[in-house]
Amino acid sequence: MMSDDGLITQLSIFVNNEPGRLAYIASVLKDCGINMHAFNLAESADFGILRAVVDDPEGSYSKLKAKGIIVKKTEVIGVLIEDTPGALFKAADVFGKAGINIEYGYAYSGKKASVFYIRVSDPGKAVEVLRQNGVRIMSSGEIRWGI
Amino acid sequence: MAFWNEKLETMPREDLEKMQLELIKAKVREMYGVSDFFRKKMESAGLTPDDIKTFEDFRKIPFMRKSDLRDNYPDGLFVRPYDDLVRIHVSSGTTGKPTVVGYTKNDLDNWTESLARGMTSFGMTHKDVMQNCHGYGLFTGGLGVHYGAERIGATVLPTSTGNTARQIQLMCDIPVTAIAGTPSYMFHIADVCDQKGIDIRRDTKLHLAIAGGEPWSESMRKKLQDRTGIRVHNCYGASEFYGPMFLECSEQCGLHVWADLCYMEILDENGNPCKDGERGEIVVTMLKKEAFPLIRYKIGDISALDWTRCRCGRTHPRLMRISGRTDDMLVVRGVNVFPSQIESVIGELPFLSPFYHITLENANYMDSMTVAVELSEDYLTEDTVEIAKMSSELSRRLKDVLNIKADVRLELPGTLERFEGKANHVTDNRSYD
Repeated sequence: MMSDDGLITQLSIFVNNEPGRLAYIASVLKDCGINMHAFNLAESADFGILRAVVDDPEGSYSKLKAKGIIVKKTEVIGVLIEDTPGALFKAADVFGKAGINIEYGYAYSGKKASVFYIRVSDPGKAVEVLRQNGVRIMSSGEIRWGI
Repeated sequence: MAFWNEKLETMPREDLEKMQLELIKAKVREMYGVSDFFRKKMESAGLTPDDIKTFEDFRKIPFMRKSDLRDNYPDGLFVRPYDDLVRIHVSSGTTGKPTVVGYTKNDLDNWTESLARGMTSFGMTHKDVMQNCHGYGLFTGGLGVHYGAERIGATVLPTSTGNTARQIQLMCDIPVTAIAGTPSYMFHIADVCDQKGIDIRRDTKLHLAIAGGEPWSESMRKKLQDRTGIRVHNCYGASEFYGPMFLECSEQCGLHVWADLCYMEILDENGNPCKDGERGEIVVTMLKKEAFPLIRYKIGDISALDWTRCRCGRTHPRLMRISGRTDDMLVVRGVNVFPSQIESVIGELPFLSPFYHITLENANYMDSMTVAVELSEDYLTEDTVEIAKMSSELSRRLKDVLNIKADVRLELPGTLERFEGKANHVTDNRSYD
């Protein structure tokens, strides 16, 4: 299912802070045949959150739910960044000037391109501003194709 | 051996019991007239004051419980108008509603008398300088012990709780000879002294202590005394009585329960009196309490009473160490905590599920309490800032209700253990060895 709203559905998988929990989650991901494109492990004082961009978010979400894993969906934006010095500045500068606040982000550096996945307060507006300023945004379809 | 009130403190048991029975009969008659609550209790058992002639008769009067205090919050059990009161103390109750205790001038006087006798019994005099580390304010410990020490002419240094570095500085700089506080706080002081290279024996004049307000043991006393060189005396009381009330004498063999102020029963599971030295539930009747009388009050503690004459010469019965509770009340850093209070806080916060667990630890005898609660599925968010906000809100609400800090842990939905029958909400890993 392709959409051109520039938004990517990220899965947030909640992980208890106890030894072996991440390994367990990883084994469930394997059993469900879920391929992660990029992920980040965030931690609150209480539990961990595995944030992942996967091939098929809707399907993966249902599979994980069925396995009793606590998972939520969040909209993030994949900003394509050239693999050259100063590329991050170009994107960040647009955010700064447009007054968009980045809550968190994590990067993936692939063979063809690098992607900066970000969560912002107002994703719809962020996509608009980025496009106006000529910053390339990844569509959810591109994840499946592989970049 | 010094006495504060020698004639009374060494009166033969039969005379004491005669006095107790007279005071009981008078209190029952008075209460029947002025307290609707008490009269209804009597009527429910088909009793009038004329029926109470012996201790056995007295045992027919139904018990008064903590729930009665809650149901009559705040002052429904006071039998004196506010005009007659000179003080009010407040302690934690069972379900968010605190226990409010009013005092007349005579109430303060009898409370203070009780402590003056006790302090004298372990050798405190007007020459002593006592540092009072009990909290001043709504809690009874601070002001109660303060008044007792002043009554015997001792000098009081009212440091109250907290700021251990300053507490230690003062006990080194001022010729402090006695200290009052919770046993765990005394261990903490000893720990901090070690860290600072302060030797209590060498650097202070401390040699006497009153320790109470929380459960502790003989082996803790031995460790504390060996470590600090201070003779440590146990203390027992409750805000419902007046506050801290009964102390150990220099023989350290039980708390002298002043029989002219308090009639203490120890009852077995069937409500029958236990033999001397046998453990059972403590039931308290305050014989001279005016504003907020207690008649056959179940305080919830378990212990034994020993009427054999103490080696110090005192004839009043001695209460042994408290060995347990009949309800789920926890004493954490000297503060009464009911799981129901925690439950009510959790119930008020929409982002929490009703599943929780309390864990108690006491590394170095310093209590810590962790409250683990599951987030409700709807409020679970991957926004860590939001999670931190929820955590601190729970923490703040618990502090407001419990008056002590609890460590808070938010758990994911479905992670805490579920119970089929009666839920077990508390894991108490504290050791008093």
